[in-house]
Amino acid sequence: MVYLTRKAEFAASHYYHNPELAPEENRRIFGKCNNPNGHGHNYTLEVTVKGEVDPRSGFVVDLKQLKDIMQREVLDAMDHRFLNKEVPEFVHRIPTTENIAIAIWQRLASKLQHAQLHRVRVYETPDLFVDFYGES
Amino acid sequence: MKAHLSRRYLFSASHRLHSEAMSEAENHATYGKCNNPFGHGHNYIVEVTVSGPVDERTGMVCNLADLDSFMEREVLARYDHENLNCLPEFAQQVPTTENLCMSIYEIVNRSFSLAHLERVRLEETMMNSFEYAGQDQLRR
Repeated sequence: MVYLTRKAEFAASHYYHNPELAPEENRRIFGKCNNPNGHGHNYTLEVTVKGEVDPRSGFVVDLKQLKDIMQREVLDAMDHRFLNKEVPEFVHRIPTTENIAIAIWQRLASKLQHAQLHRVRVYETPDLFVDFYGES
Repeated sequence: MKAHLSRRYLFSASHRLHSEAMSEAENHATYGKCNNPFGHGHNYIVEVTVSGPVDERTGMVCNLADLDSFMEREVLARYDHENLNCLPEFAQQVPTTENLCMSIYEIVNRSFSLAHLERVRLEETMMNSFEYAGQDQLRR
């Protein structure tokens, strides 16, 4: 089994708010992330796939294909967007880094051919990141 | 849905690698310039990974503010701008980054109750790092 990781970057804005909670409860839990006008990050995405090396091509996965899938499924949808308002998954779900990693996994998992998705890692800043392995 | 959350923190500390169980010559041969009797320092980066179900209400594994305040109080306040050799946990053991990594793991594992500790990764310099996951297998 060989693991291959591809990186991409996207910039997006978001805010944290749960409409089922009172305004003061939202402020207590989410702090400055609760500002309704949003704020932004440069996110770094790392997608790791695993598989056996194809003896004919020497590839675990066609990198061009992986790059195109990441571009189409993630970057076109999230880059330079306000996640809460422009990405369907986050209309009713808070776009925390945890939920962004889960949404990206769900967007990618079914689109990959041959190789299997192993991990989605999303850096919100260089000092904060989330890993999702598809575990329920 | 279970996710892993990792957070990195910086602290600076000094240490000297010297074992009472070894002769002067053996200490010098084992630890090289790290055996300099006056010690030396590093900017350490500690990377803590916790895991748990993502809370439907908050979208979080655990509130970052809680993890940050815990790490500030229990880890950074203990080690930042200290001489590691002067701390009780290094009275009997050499303050290598391996041992420091395990000490930090023990502190977080013992006292942080808001998510499951997966591992502690400690960078001593940009060129070396250590990871400890207790009895668990390190996850890739």
